[in-house]
Amino acid sequence: MREHLFGGLLKGAVSLAALAFAASLPSHAEDTIKVGVLHSLSGTMAISETTLKDVMLMLIEEQNKKGGLLGKKLEAVVVDPASNWPLFAEKARELITQHKVSAVFGCWTSVSRKSVLPVFKELNSILFYPVQYEGEESERNVFYTGAAPNQQAIPAVDYLMSEEGGKVERWVLAGTDYVYPRTTNKILEAYLLSKGVKKEDIMINYTPFGHSDWQSIVAEIKKFGSAGKKTAVVSTINGDANVPFYKELANQGIKATDIPVVAFSVGEEELAGIDTKDLVGHLAAWNYFQSVDSPANREFIEKWKAFTKDPKRVTNDPMEAHYIGFNMWVRAVEKVGTTDPDKVIDALPGIEVPNLSGGMAKMLPNHHITKPVMIGEIREDGQFDIVWQTDDLVPGDAWSDYLEGSKDLEADWVEKKCGNYNKKTGQCGGV
Amino acid sequence: MALVVMVLALTSIRGTNIAYADEGDLETALRLLATKNFNDTITAIDHIVSSGAPHAIEIIDALGDRRLFVSETDKSILYRDVAGTFRDARTSEVVANPPAELAAIRINNRVRSAVAAARGALSLFDLDSQRRSEAARAVFAARDPALLSAVESALEREKEPDVAEILKLARAAIIVAKSDAPDNERIEAIEILRAYRGRDALAILGSLPSDTSEPIRHAAAAALSSIENRLALWRALENTWYGVSLGSVLLLAAIGLAITFGVMGVINMAHGEMVMLGAYTTYVVQEIIRTSAPGLFDYSLAFAIPLAFLVAGSVGIGIERGVIRLLYGRPLETLLATWGISLILQQAVRTIFGPTNREVGTPSFMTGTFQVGELAITWNRLYIVVFATIIFICLLLLLRFTTFGLQIRAVTQNRRMAGSMGIPTNQIDALTFGLGSGVAGLAGVALSQIDNVSPNLGQSYIIDSFLVVVFGGVGNLWGTLVGALSLGVANKFLEPYAGAVLGKILLLVLIILFIQKRPRGLFALKGRAVEA
Repeated sequence: MREHLFGGLLKGAVSLAALAFAASLPSHAEDTIKVGVLHSLSGTMAISETTLKDVMLMLIEEQNKKGGLLGKKLEAVVVDPASNWPLFAEKARELITQHKVSAVFGCWTSVSRKSVLPVFKELNSILFYPVQYEGEESERNVFYTGAAPNQQAIPAVDYLMSEEGGKVERWVLAGTDYVYPRTTNKILEAYLLSKGVKKEDIMINYTPFGHSDWQSIVAEIKKFGSAGKKTAVVSTINGDANVPFYKELANQGIKATDIPVVAFSVGEEELAGIDTKDLVGHLAAWNYFQSVDSPANREFIEKWKAFTKDPKRVTNDPMEAHYIGFNMWVRAVEKVGTTDPDKVIDALPGIEVPNLSGGMAKMLPNHHITKPVMIGEIREDGQFDIVWQTDDLVPGDAWSDYLEGSKDLEADWVEKKCGNYNKKTGQCGGV
Repeated sequence: MALVVMVLALTSIRGTNIAYADEGDLETALRLLATKNFNDTITAIDHIVSSGAPHAIEIIDALGDRRLFVSETDKSILYRDVAGTFRDARTSEVVANPPAELAAIRINNRVRSAVAAARGALSLFDLDSQRRSEAARAVFAARDPALLSAVESALEREKEPDVAEILKLARAAIIVAKSDAPDNERIEAIEILRAYRGRDALAILGSLPSDTSEPIRHAAAAALSSIENRLALWRALENTWYGVSLGSVLLLAAIGLAITFGVMGVINMAHGEMVMLGAYTTYVVQEIIRTSAPGLFDYSLAFAIPLAFLVAGSVGIGIERGVIRLLYGRPLETLLATWGISLILQQAVRTIFGPTNREVGTPSFMTGTFQVGELAITWNRLYIVVFATIIFICLLLLLRFTTFGLQIRAVTQNRRMAGSMGIPTNQIDALTFGLGSGVAGLAGVALSQIDNVSPNLGQSYIIDSFLVVVFGGVGNLWGTLVGALSLGVANKFLEPYAGAVLGKILLLVLIILFIQKRPRGLFALKGRAVEA
């Protein structure tokens, strides 16, 4: 009886896993170029990462329609690291050694990226990482197509301090308790202090992952905001905790005109689960919004809706990052005529491809890219109104200029062949 | 702002067609609006207000609701009125054939604030007292010194005591911050704000201009500390309420487990997924109502409650019959098997509904807050507290006064003897498990109102549920109630001092210490049932 039972359970699990894979694995053809997709399709991060898997499949299909790459078809190899950080490393190893993929597009959380780093270094492969992150890193094998703090956090704070953003003088830095919010808030705090904001005008608050009872924290924010100075919340609250946070804000009647909340991890996808009527005017800082008005973006959205066969599917910033990263990789492979990692890594810096907002994204020697910074206000339909945008593209800075120990460092994989070159001592490896 | 002129003009001509104060102002405003620049829009709002145009309020309303458009062809400004017809912003005449190329004038938070203030200024003399009261509130929030004379003349004419009260506050708020007002007037204003005692008074008194004289500063500081003292009292009450509200959520999540784990002794790791199924049932019910009978939306939860109970309950019975039945008396295997089931259920829901959050709407009677003194109580939290209480009482009555309850108690206390007395123990096991799961489904309906409806919903509650049941004492519903409430309140009192993360850790440490001292929880069962 017991064997029977567990057999059944096992079968169930296997068939579910098979289901997830079958959809994405095309038939095995000889002589293809394989591209690894390393995004969680189950577990807590599936909510964000599944979309990125879909967008990769779409990009690869598009490329194949255009005739593939170097005369060969591209083939996506999708694996599911199941939101399990050590499993990310195992799956990365599987992709590189067993499936012999030429490049991997994947990871969302910083901890998953940190867990695969040693694998990519050891096996010398390429990872494109599409999510905004805390910076303080530049690796030879990784290309960061998401925003560094200077491409998201700092401009957002600048906007709020400006006349147009409401001349904010008092700051709540609220985040989920892990590496990205902690580092970002450290940078922001140093930056605010350097701008003359007083220590007592900064309130820092951390909550656990998936925090769902926001009553007292929102009340605290309300109290902090009633000191007579314009107050804003800078939110690095991650993933699932956002929905109850925004619901509580709406419930307690905090309007964007009283205390605006600017979020770094809330995009179109996250808003799809919330009734946005009471959130109108709250802000988000990204490098791309679905509402960007450009021919490239319109075409991309149309293709995306057709590919997913869902007219309600939204696009978001990390999807654009994959779009840019994938096109950069294609361009680099075409340039050197091979998928050999060493040659592609050397070819990537300097490559320029169009982004979706009408500019050209350029891969920099520090393996970060240039991006426009945009501030959007939440609209009633769950989309964003872009209310502010940088005039030029902002180059990504791996090492923050506002942190002790990090401000002397610079990453340069072209001239210096070093991810953490210390400008003061003139040596590589200066953390 | 030529506000005095405007006010005089408005009071005399509202609703009539006499030429208004300054037509040039409106021209300037419309020209500025056409530039689609936020700064220009704000200047334009000032001009619209001071133009005294009879339809100024309509233009302002349209701007705030994004019903104001620029024609791309000739840069003329149009607005769509509430009925949906286009009107020319200059003359307020109906435009029969609106140009095709219309761009809505964009607004940001600054424009929104300016719109709110302008709305206030324009409707201080409205015929409708509700609108006047809203206007007075808007002026109180904006505290624009230019509006002082308008507020004063409105105050003179105001007959409604409620509206007059707010106008007095608005006047006080403006005068306090006015450096050139006489000292005695400012001190009087401080007294008014002190008597008002609200939180917004703190902001006003805390941000006096730097050239304020010493006696006024002194009076303001005294008023501030008196308001703060009072608010501190309210804060303690507020924390208690938050604690009760969190406790009721914990109670809802845990009470089903109190039956399956507490009464039956089954370690059911899939309990959280029953909660999730309840939440998804709510989602499906709402989707069906949205597409087929949108008028019934406010009653969607009434349909969802029995359905969620049935769905989660029958899945529970299925699990009991299919898996747990075979594993009674083997806790470790039960734990692993139910954990497997929880993963399967999660992935199944993810495959069917997709990995992203689903939007579950809140019925209109459950949105918003109401004030009890300084305590803002949100309706949805209040309903959840009530809902949890009702479920608790029903379960208590069910176990105490019905045959089914008697049989459950008999089977859990002494299975073999119950069997000998003719109670179908197998059937009772299945039904009890179904009951526990069904109650978890009910919890899902409530949680869908405050949390994410995603496949991970159950995961975030399973640990807390076990904590509550173990802390309260296994096998005792009262223990679960006391456990949930005390964990909720303790959590909310720790949170402001220790932060959410450290608060949670502290609470866990306290519970571990407590369990060391009383391994059977708060309300330990005594007698033979303990050995069973």
